[in-house]
Amino acid sequence: MTTTDASARALQLNEQGQLRHFLTIDGLDRELLTRILDTADSFIEVGERRIKKVPLLRGCTVVNLFFESSTRTRSTFELAAKRLSADVLNLDISTSATSKGESLSDTLLNLEAMASDMFVVRHSRSGAPHFIAQSVTPGVAIINAGDGRHAHPTQAMLDMLTIRQHKGGFEGLKVAIVGDILHSRVARSQIQALNVLGAEEVRLIAPSTLLPTDVESLGCSVAYDMRSGLKDIDVIIMLRLQRERMEGALLPSEREFYKVYGLNTEKLAYAKPDAIVMHPGPINRGVEIESAVADGPRSVILNQVTNGIAIRMAVMSMAMGGQRAQRGQDAEGQA
Amino acid sequence: MTALLNVDALLDDLEQGLRRLLKERGIERPVLIGIRTGGVWLADILHKRLGLDEPFGELDISFYRDDFSRIGLNPKVRPSHLPFETEDRHIILVDDVIMSGRTIRAAMNEIFDYGRPAGIILATLIDLGARELPIQPDVVGQTLTLKANERVKLKGPDPLSVELRQADATPAKGA
Repeated sequence: MTTTDASARALQLNEQGQLRHFLTIDGLDRELLTRILDTADSFIEVGERRIKKVPLLRGCTVVNLFFESSTRTRSTFELAAKRLSADVLNLDISTSATSKGESLSDTLLNLEAMASDMFVVRHSRSGAPHFIAQSVTPGVAIINAGDGRHAHPTQAMLDMLTIRQHKGGFEGLKVAIVGDILHSRVARSQIQALNVLGAEEVRLIAPSTLLPTDVESLGCSVAYDMRSGLKDIDVIIMLRLQRERMEGALLPSEREFYKVYGLNTEKLAYAKPDAIVMHPGPINRGVEIESAVADGPRSVILNQVTNGIAIRMAVMSMAMGGQRAQRGQDAEGQA
Repeated sequence: MTALLNVDALLDDLEQGLRRLLKERGIERPVLIGIRTGGVWLADILHKRLGLDEPFGELDISFYRDDFSRIGLNPKVRPSHLPFETEDRHIILVDDVIMSGRTIRAAMNEIFDYGRPAGIILATLIDLGARELPIQPDVVGQTLTLKANERVKLKGPDPLSVELRQADATPAKGA
C-alpha cells in the first residue's frame, strides 16, 4: 500500500497545491485539512438557510459510482452535490454494465464521454479510486467514498469537524477508537487525520485479532480493555463490526465482544465526564454500543451525519476548483 | 487627494444620504448587511450612526462568485451570518468599493436565498466606475477615477483608512 499512498499524494494536488482529487488523508498537511474544516463550517450555515443551495457547481455533472452498497454515504454525497447545484447521476455498478461483461475502464470512459466532471467512487478493492484517477480518467475529479480496507477520507474529515465543534480543537485531545480496527478504512483515515491535526493521543482499543499487524507504525497507542483504554479519553469513536469482511474465527462471538468492548453506560464512565461518543454508522445496537449510549446526551452520532453533507460539499467544491484551475493551466501550456 | 480620502467625512455623507433616502421612501425599520470584509466594518459604523436596534448581517459571497471555474474556491471563505429574517424587509447593503458590479450581483443572489426582501438599497464608500454590469449604488461616499496602475483598498477596522497605491509600488497611505 505504500507505493499507492506515495503516488496518491502527488496525484491529489494540482501544481498550485490545491486539491484536485480526494483519495486519502495521507500526505495532506494540517493547513489543507484545516481549510477543508473551515470551508465545511461555511457550508453548515448554507444548510440552515431557507434555500440550502449555492451555485458553485452549476453545470457540473457528478456521478456517484458505488461498487459497494451504502445508504448514508451515498445519500449525503448526493445531497451535497445537489446543494452545490451539480447534476447528479447515481450508478449502482454492481447491478449494471459490469454484469454484462463491460470492463471497469470501459464503463468509466463511457461516463467521461457523457461530460462527467466528478466521480464519487466506493469500491471494495483498496486503491480503486486511485487507479481511476491515475490511469483511467485523470481529467475527472475523483472523490474516494471508501475503498476496501484502505481509506475513507470524507468520513474521517466529517468526524474531525464533529470533534472540533464539540471540543474546540485538537490540542491536548485524547481520542480512543474502539473495535474492529483491522477491517476499518474509517479508522485508518481517522488516525492519519488526528495525527496531522495535532491530537495528543490516538488510542486503539481492540482485541489483538482485530488490530492490524503494523499498528505501531500508524502512530497510536494500544489498549486491550475498556477500563484502562478509556482512562482520560475526550472522544470515543466506536466502529462497526464488519462481519462481511471477516474471514475465519477472529471473534469468539458477538456476545462475547459486546461484553468486553461494547460501549454501555457503565464503561462510558471510565472516560472523561465530558467525553463525546461517535460512530460512523450503521450502528449495531447491542453489538458495539448500547442504545442508552447511542441515543444518550453524550452521543454526537447524528451530528456526524449532518456534518457529512457539509464536509462533502467542501471537498467536492475544492476538488472541482483545483481540477478546473489545472485544466486551465494545461490548456495555456499547450497554447 | 487627501481630502477625498477622509473616511469620517465620507461616512457622514453616507449616513446623510441614507437618512434622506429612507425618509423619501418611507422606510421605517431597515436592516443592514455588510459584505466581507470592508463592507462589514462600514456596516458596523453605519449601524451605530443610524441607531438601528436589530444587529447587522455579514455576507461572505465566496460561494456566489462568477470566477469559481477560473480561480477555484476562496480558501478564506467564512460563514455568512444574517441574524434576522430577510423576507419582506428593506435591506441596506453596504460595501467599501464598487467597480465591475460583480460582487454586488453575487451578494444579491445570496440574499435572495434567505428570502424575498421588500427592497435593497446599495451604499458604497467609494465608486470607481468601470462598471461591467447594470448595477448602480443608491448612496456613494466618493466617486474616484483611478489611473490604470492605481489601486484603492479600505484598511481597518480601527481606525478605518483608505489606501491608495500604485500597482508594484510601496503603499501610499491616505488619511
